[in-house]
Amino acid sequence: MTPPAEPPFVDRRLYRRRRLMDAARLLPVLGAVLFALPVLNAAAPEGASTARTGLFLFAVWGGLVLVAGVLSRALAGPEGAPPGPQAAPDDRPPPPATAPRPAEPRC
Amino acid sequence: MGDTRTVLLVEDEPNIIEAVRFILTRGGFHVATHSDGADAAEAVRVRRPDLVILDVMLPNRSGFDILEDLRGGDDPAAVPILMLTARGQTREREMALRLGATQFMTKPFSNAEMLEAVRALCAAPQGDAP
Amino acid sequence: MLTANFLVGACLAYVALLFVVAFAAERMTAQGRGEWLTGPVIYTLSLSIYCTAWTFYGAVGYAVRSGLEFVTIYLGPTLVLIGWWAVLRKLVRVGRSQRITSIADLISSRYGKSTALGALVTILAVVATTPYIALQLQSVTLSFSVIAGSDSDDPGSISLIVAIGLAVFTIVFGTRNLDVNERHSGIVTAIALEAVVKLVALLAVGLYVVFALGGGPAGIFARIESSPIAEWQVSSGRWIGLTFLSAAAFLCLPRMFQVLVVENRDERHLATAAWAFPAYLLAMSLFVVPIAVVGLGLPGAGDNPDLFVLTVPLSQGEGGLAMLSFLGGFSSATSMVIVAAIALATMMSNHIVVPLWLRSGPQRAMMSGDVRRVVLMARRFSIIGVLALGYLYYRVSGGGAALAAIGLISFVGIVQILPALMGAIFWRGGTRTGAGIGLGLGFALWAWTLFLPSFGAGGILPAGVVAEGPWGIGWLRPEALFGLEGLDPVLHALLWSLLANVAGFVAGSLVSFPAPMERMQGAAMVNVFRSGAALSSWQPSRVDSEDLLIMVQRILGPSEAQAMFQAEAARQGKQGYLPDATPGFVERLEKELSGSVGATTAHAMIAQLTEGSVVSVEELMRVGEETAQIMEYSARLEAQSDELSRTARQLRDANAKLTALSIQKDAFLSQISHELRTPMTSIRSFAEILRDGDGLAPRERARFSGIIHDEAARLTRLLDDLLDLSVLESGQVTLHPASERLDRILDRAVAAAGVEGALRIRRRGAEHVHLVTDPDRLAQVFINIVANARKYAEATTPELTISVRQEGGAVLVDFIDNGDGIPAEAQSLIFEKFSRADNTEAAGGAGLGLAICREIMARLGGSIDYLPGQGGAAFRVRVPLRMAPPRAEAAE
Repeated sequence: MTPPAEPPFVDRRLYRRRRLMDAARLLPVLGAVLFALPVLNAAAPEGASTARTGLFLFAVWGGLVLVAGVLSRALAGPEGAPPGPQAAPDDRPPPPATAPRPAEPRC
Repeated sequence: MGDTRTVLLVEDEPNIIEAVRFILTRGGFHVATHSDGADAAEAVRVRRPDLVILDVMLPNRSGFDILEDLRGGDDPAAVPILMLTARGQTREREMALRLGATQFMTKPFSNAEMLEAVRALCAAPQGDAP
Repeated sequence: MLTANFLVGACLAYVALLFVVAFAAERMTAQGRGEWLTGPVIYTLSLSIYCTAWTFYGAVGYAVRSGLEFVTIYLGPTLVLIGWWAVLRKLVRVGRSQRITSIADLISSRYGKSTALGALVTILAVVATTPYIALQLQSVTLSFSVIAGSDSDDPGSISLIVAIGLAVFTIVFGTRNLDVNERHSGIVTAIALEAVVKLVALLAVGLYVVFALGGGPAGIFARIESSPIAEWQVSSGRWIGLTFLSAAAFLCLPRMFQVLVVENRDERHLATAAWAFPAYLLAMSLFVVPIAVVGLGLPGAGDNPDLFVLTVPLSQGEGGLAMLSFLGGFSSATSMVIVAAIALATMMSNHIVVPLWLRSGPQRAMMSGDVRRVVLMARRFSIIGVLALGYLYYRVSGGGAALAAIGLISFVGIVQILPALMGAIFWRGGTRTGAGIGLGLGFALWAWTLFLPSFGAGGILPAGVVAEGPWGIGWLRPEALFGLEGLDPVLHALLWSLLANVAGFVAGSLVSFPAPMERMQGAAMVNVFRSGAALSSWQPSRVDSEDLLIMVQRILGPSEAQAMFQAEAARQGKQGYLPDATPGFVERLEKELSGSVGATTAHAMIAQLTEGSVVSVEELMRVGEETAQIMEYSARLEAQSDELSRTARQLRDANAKLTALSIQKDAFLSQISHELRTPMTSIRSFAEILRDGDGLAPRERARFSGIIHDEAARLTRLLDDLLDLSVLESGQVTLHPASERLDRILDRAVAAAGVEGALRIRRRGAEHVHLVTDPDRLAQVFINIVANARKYAEATTPELTISVRQEGGAVLVDFIDNGDGIPAEAQSLIFEKFSRADNTEAAGGAGLGLAICREIMARLGGSIDYLPGQGGAAFRVRVPLRMAPPRAEAAE
């Protein structure tokens, strides 16, 4: 039995984008778990080494930076899927900044 | 007529006031003046002149309103009123007479004409047509 | 060894550089150049104020004492940023859509624009930030004496100089003007430069340590393995607790809120910062452990690990590197202090000073004078106050405690805002009462368990209280509350204070019932991403637009306020500067104002004008989420009926104008008749008197001829004016364009108006403008206005202010007198023929002057308008810098 890959009424790009948002929300959770791992390690009888733990932490850190870069580029880059009626509510373009004002000296 | 007759001139142009005052004083009248439209009717009631010369264009209140006010009082025909206007339209003349002005005169007037009219109005019994 | 003088010189040069950079950046942004200045790179770099001198110097000392634990201070913010989509994005959106000016503003605005909450958060922030500022001053002083030799000047005087210098910089660039958006491009750019300096400095020292002293990465690895900190020695509780603490502090620190939210120019910058700032933090911490272990192994590096970043290169004779490192630390300290001072000053002025000032008088919002000046002065004094407090704390505490300890104490204090903050944007059920209770409890517990004991036993709390609890009550002991002993003091305080805070917030919110304003703001913030979340908070009220204009002018400045009102009037299909005060407009105004003075103050000021009209029952109904759909539907209907009524209004206006025109035609003729006959009456009468009067005295004769002469002149003037007007109106006028300076035309006009002695004239603004126009015609307009001011201004000492400024391709000349002004109902009439503002003829003109002015300005391609809301009568003449070349037929 093959369930439909996605609901028929959500277009594919929008679906992708929503999963991207899910990933963006989950990334800090993943980061928190990975950053907390050394604590478990420290409980081991022989203890942990600063140098090795440090390497592990910096590797995780670098990895998170890379993933965050890819995700944010994908989320912020093209201003999203075509804004159909199904458009995700929290995916509207940001409100226009304040109306441009002529920079003028005050009198 | 033993005493001098008093004329109250309600007008706001200082030069016209001076001219009329000069003419009438020389003609033997006592001339009082008032320049504000707002309390002109009140001034008439207080001073009880023998004749009122009333300009149409006054600050704060139009001469027609004052006229209406004076004629609508308890003593409608008490004082003869000579209306003065600088806008010589027949419509204004009709309106003035309808509201109860005794006589109507257009600026600019000749001095003789003015003096004559004032004399006639002061002498005539009230309510007569001029 | 570097001399103290050289160091001072370097610091001064560096600060001068900051001034130049900030100034140039401000200029460039103001002129719309240098897009990168407002781009994501600068935004990301500006976040680096998170890394203060504490992290620059202290991290190494921290690593020496506790191994890798220092890194938690960076891990927290990293998690917050890579999770930008969930929290920061919403925070920034809320901040921008509500024009939030500080974290206190956000809390106060969300919980019903509560003044008390704003003040509470402000006080909390000041108390928690002061030690942190003291810490920066201390680090600068310490590093200074290390690098210049400890026998240099009194270290206290150095920190005093630094504090004063920072105050000057912050006041100059932080309070230059009351920016509508509270953004400071100059400061942000300077901060970004400092971010680069400290990163480069730390990387340089790190690379030097690894490759010159440590024998490359492998060598360093081996050194760490054999160092005293080789063993992982972090307690699990502290590891997780501090990561959480730093994440929370990153969101709550007033200075972080300032750069993250308030200075944010574009939400998309957040997407860049989401990965770039964690990368920055990674780079900042990469070499901390290597520097620590190498420092430990160097006998010359001294015994204070907090200064290894300086002493390691210094001990190797690397003066240049040490200098760079010193500047890095100096950057870290100054950038933190500058932004913290701005953020705190904004909070203090908006949530303490101005509310007090408003409360001191019943109708402050309507009083004359400039609110902007009050706000700016409040900010300047607040900045001085904040820095003075920091300096005082530094002197009083003696700079004793280890650097890291003060930092963490501050953090725990500031994260007391977190529950209220998260509740503000994620939980509609949060109420003012709850937030107040939570904040109060958290603040109190923090002070009791951590802040007060930090002064040392016997500092503020007597030693007996710390050891045995107040009055000997053991379970109230500050460092072992409720008998919870053996826990690390920071964790202990964090646990208890946040626990009580969250419990108080949640319980208080569940029990209390929110006021309408809280519910509305709650909905607007929590549902900020949903469309139609904006709710009107002002019912159609009896606000007088002119009162509003007066007030808004005093906060936003005249030009912005007038532009706003004019745009709104145009939107409503009206002319001039006074639109109807519709609820939507009033609400937009409130938002604009809150960008300058904070939401609470703006709300209070508008409320003073709207006769204290609170939210109506009908609007309460609109708050509920369940009515959102109805709202959307009715909003659409409303838009249509708006459109209809706008068209109707335009038709009505046009009709009224037509009727008025035909009446005017009759009136015009009769007016001409009147105006001509009146002088003629005097002339004729006196001419007859002279003709007939034989008995006239010579004096009378002379006087009467004089009157005839004057009245004849009046008649001529009138005929000239009429002719002028008819020529102008028919468009057959010949203009003589020439290049002339505006000030010369004004000089001529003022001289020709003959008002010397009778009218005091002040002139302001840049009058040296070259115009291509018909100078004589323009002068005619100016003469008319000046002469009018003398005739009509009924002040005891009449004054006329002429101010000039440029806007677009035109120059605006405003003439404002100190008389009573022109009543609103007469304002639209004064440019009509034969109208006089007060209907007296004493003024001596025929009432054609302004009508002629209007025609002339139209021919010159400009305009003349009455400006309401200026106190006295005010006219604005708009002259194009270059008039269009004259055409044969310019008439419409």
